[in-house]
Amino acid sequence: MGAEELNVLFQERIDANDKIEPRDNMPEEYRKHLIRQMSQHAHSEVIGMQPEGNWITRAPSLRAKKILLAKVQDEAGHGLYLYSATETLGITRDELIEKLHQGKAKYASIFNYPALTWADMGAIGWLVDGAAITNQVSLQKTSYGPYARAMVKICKEESFHQRQGYEIIASMAAGTDEQKEMAQDALNRFWWPSLMMFGPHDSDSPRSGNAMKWKIKRESNDVLRKRFIDKTVSQVELIGLTVPDKDLKWNEKEQSYDFGAIDWDEFWAVIKGGGPCNIKRLKHHKKAHTDGEWVRKAAAAYAQKQAKN
Amino acid sequence: MSEVKDTQGQLWEVFIQTKKGLPFKHFGSVHAYDKEMAIQNARDLYTRRGEGRGMWVVPADAIVAIDSSDDESFFDPSNDKVYRHPTFYELPDGLKNM
Repeated sequence: MGAEELNVLFQERIDANDKIEPRDNMPEEYRKHLIRQMSQHAHSEVIGMQPEGNWITRAPSLRAKKILLAKVQDEAGHGLYLYSATETLGITRDELIEKLHQGKAKYASIFNYPALTWADMGAIGWLVDGAAITNQVSLQKTSYGPYARAMVKICKEESFHQRQGYEIIASMAAGTDEQKEMAQDALNRFWWPSLMMFGPHDSDSPRSGNAMKWKIKRESNDVLRKRFIDKTVSQVELIGLTVPDKDLKWNEKEQSYDFGAIDWDEFWAVIKGGGPCNIKRLKHHKKAHTDGEWVRKAAAAYAQKQAKN
Repeated sequence: MSEVKDTQGQLWEVFIQTKKGLPFKHFGSVHAYDKEMAIQNARDLYTRRGEGRGMWVVPADAIVAIDSSDDESFFDPSNDKVYRHPTFYELPDGLKNM
C-alpha cells in the first residue's frame, strides 16, 4: 500500500473516532506533532514542580506541608505518565530530556513566573491547574490512545489540586486585610498568564489546523479559554476578590463573558526565554539531572551485578 | 564503575488488579533497573490513592504483540464460526431455563 493510500485510511479511522495505538500506521507528521505536544506537556508537569516545591519547607502548617508534598508528587507522576505515553511513539525518555536541556523542547510558559508568596500556592492550584484541567478534560478524547488514557488518569488527580488551591486562596481572602491583599495580588499576577496558557488566538495558531483534523486537539484555544473564564469568574466573586480586567463584562446574548485584550507581546517574550524565571528553571532541571547521574549509574551497576550472579 | 553507561533504566509494563477477584489490567509503564525497583516505582506511580490490590510488572520487551496491520486477518477465522455463539441455535418455542 502506498503512503497516499495509507494516509487516506488513517484519516478515515480518525473521522470514525477510532483511537490510534502505538503499533498502528500513522503519518510521520502525526507522530511528530504528538511527540512535540506530549513531551511539552510532560516537561510542563516536571518543571511545574519547581515553583511549588520551593514552598514545601515554608508551608504555614504541617497540614499545608503534607498537602503540598502530595500535590508536587502528583505532578511528578503526571510527568512520568506522559513520558511513558510519549515513548510509545518510538523515542526514549533520555532523548526527550536532552531536547529539553538543549532548548529544543518547550514547557508551559506559566512556570517561568515566580511564586512570591503563600497566596501564590493558592493561585497556582486554583488558576493554573484550573486552566490545565479545562485543556486536559478536552484532551481525554484525543485520537492517540496512550495520550487519552494518560489524560483520564491525570484529570482524576487534578481536581484535588484545584480544590486545595482554592481552599488556600479562599481562607486568605477571608483573613486579615493584609492576607486579603496578598490573595488579590496573587490573582492579579496569575490571571493573565493563566489565560495565556491556552495559547494564541485561533487565528494566530498555525499548527491547530492539522491538530484538529487529526483530532489530537478536540477544541480550539479560544473555545477552551472562554470556558475557563466563564467558570472561574463566579469563583473569584464568591470570595470577594476582583478579576484584574476592567473590560470583563457579562454578555447576555452569548451567555458568556467578554474580556479584555491579552498582552501577546508578553506571551511571546516569555516563550522566547524572556520570562522572569526561564533561565533559573532550566538550570535547576539540568542540575538535578546531573546530580542524579551517580544514582542512575549505581543502580545500573547493581542490576548488572545481580544479573551475573 | 567507569564502564557503566548513564541510562534511565529498562521499561516495564505495569498491570494492576483494582479489587480482589477482578482481572489484572494494563495501567501504564515505569522505568527501573531491576524488578524490585520496578515494583516499587509502579506502586509509587500508579497506586497513590488505593487503586491497587494486586500488581504485576513485566519487562516491556518480554511482551509479544501482534502486528496491527495483521490484526484483521489474525482475528478473522473466528468470524466464520458463528456456531460458537449461543444465538446460532434454533430451538423449539416454549423452551425455558436455558
